Amino acid sequence: MAQTATPMTVDAESANDPVLDRRPENRVWKKFRTHRSAMLGGVLVAFFVIIAMLAPVLPIADPTATDWGAVRQAPSLVHPLGTDEIGRDVLARMIWGAQASLLAGVVSVAIAVAVGVPLGIVAGYFGGWTDAVISRCTEALLAAPFLILAIALAAFLGPSLTNAMIAIGISATPLFVRLTRGQVLSVAAEDYVDSARAIGLPTRKILARYIFPNILPPVLVQATLTIATAIIAEASLSFLGLGQQPPAPSWGSMLNTAKNFLSQAPWMALYPGIAIFLVVLGFNLLGDGLRDALDPREQ
Amino acid sequence: MLSFILRRLLVAIPTIILISIFVFALQKLLPGDPVLAMAGEERDPATIEFLREKYRLNDPLPVQYFTWIGNALIGDLGISLRTNQPVLELIGEKLPVTIQLATMAMIFALVIGIPAGILSAIKKGTVTDYIANVVALSGLSIPNFWLGIMLILLVSVKWQLLPASGYVPFDEDPLRSIQVMIMPAFVLGTALAATLMRHTRSAMLTVLTSDYVRTARAKGLKERRVILKHAFRNALTPIVTLSALLFGELIAGAVLTEQIFTVPGFGKLIVDAVFNRDYAVVQGIVLVTAVGFIVMNLFADVAYVLLNPRLRKQ
Repeated sequence: MAQTATPMTVDAESANDPVLDRRPENRVWKKFRTHRSAMLGGVLVAFFVIIAMLAPVLPIADPTATDWGAVRQAPSLVHPLGTDEIGRDVLARMIWGAQASLLAGVVSVAIAVAVGVPLGIVAGYFGGWTDAVISRCTEALLAAPFLILAIALAAFLGPSLTNAMIAIGISATPLFVRLTRGQVLSVAAEDYVDSARAIGLPTRKILARYIFPNILPPVLVQATLTIATAIIAEASLSFLGLGQQPPAPSWGSMLNTAKNFLSQAPWMALYPGIAIFLVVLGFNLLGDGLRDALDPREQ
Repeated sequence: MLSFILRRLLVAIPTIILISIFVFALQKLLPGDPVLAMAGEERDPATIEFLREKYRLNDPLPVQYFTWIGNALIGDLGISLRTNQPVLELIGEKLPVTIQLATMAMIFALVIGIPAGILSAIKKGTVTDYIANVVALSGLSIPNFWLGIMLILLVSVKWQLLPASGYVPFDEDPLRSIQVMIMPAFVLGTALAATLMRHTRSAMLTVLTSDYVRTARAKGLKERRVILKHAFRNALTPIVTLSALLFGELIAGAVLTEQIFTVPGFGKLIVDAVFNRDYAVVQGIVLVTAVGFIVMNLFADVAYVLLNPRLRKQ
């Protein structure tokens, strides 16, 4: 939240002050706070983030410790979510798996944003042949379905969590190039950018001060929604054996083993799926809520 | 109209060339030497050299690219290193399976997605709208391979109603073929239904506030007629452009769905090819899907113009 020049006083009068209310930060936060589904999304995401960060200190079993005396045990007091095919605690593996999923979601989107946004700005602001080259490459990459591209890349990089993140990040990059380019084109045509140019501001400053802050909201919304897609993509790659490698836990690879023991140990398949569903739902709700809150037309 | 199609075709050419370069580069960057794998345990230098010559792996890269793309243009995508079958033949064998799966999935998606979208737009802000939105968002958030596993658990393992896997060609036994395919198609269709519902809803919402809908209502037309004849027909245009996007989702979704239900289609082919380092097949599949996607985009653009009388006249 940006610092305000006047000291903020919280009383009934200023809460309804139309001038205060018109400041964009206040309006966005207020809209977001009253957006019930967005708050639910925020709570879901926060829950998984906290669990993932606390994984090392939580009183849970070692996620890789096997126990041949407790193979495929149904949920009980000792193992609240049961054990897997070699006696590992499902709950512990789920909690550590949250780390892999969230990390994959955030890192791959960070890669896509870090590569895609600058390319989009360059293409949109400078136009000409740089735009032509970047745009054609983006279109070519967009023509291959997201997951097919990620599978092909993950296969070529070799199966590991890091490589899965890189593969997903590269596959998501064209999305951000296209979005940023379109946004830059519309912002660059605004009068305030023209006047900035007219008073002789260097391009670097125009980009940093006028273009970048104005394209940020849609990029933020897209990034949140893409984290949801990236988490599903990581789970899919791990499910296919192209992501997190055993014995390290990941929700996708847990489901891969679970499908072989469906009749004997259904709990092995149930919980990782619910976890993926909830965290992805959280990011989707958060993204939708952010979009509504940041859209000045929506009241 | 014809010049519009020709112009769109011309724009597609550089994209296709770029994809082909990308696909070619991908293979060159893949780890592991396919020749070493083929040469077997002994790794006899003479055999390795012979294989390198046979597959023209000793040529400079640009020469290799032009040989490859030249052959691809006449339908020769190389030979599968594993089954020794021409790649195009292999794709041709598996494609009908995936087309059947995709068609059935699309039917599920249309039957669920469009009515749900219209309903939630008409009833905007009500409980119906809220429920439809929650269901759609859940549909987007559920990993479809997990939905598949859960369906197998319930329908096949617990209730033993439908087979968990397998495939029967449609022309052999149509009824049995549909029966076996219904679960994978449902799984694949639900994700699409969610996307379709959200787009139908927003397209309908835009159209419902337009002047001609107000005019139609003012004329005293029945609400049913206003919705279906005036509003929905116009909302259809943006939905049609979605079809290209849905094609990508269908193919990508088919990869996992086919893996779970062991359907011997296009999606299973690429996963098997990746694990067997069957480069020619991976390349062929990425190239064919990308070109398919571009063609779908082209169809969508043409349909968009055909559906919009104002654009058609230009």
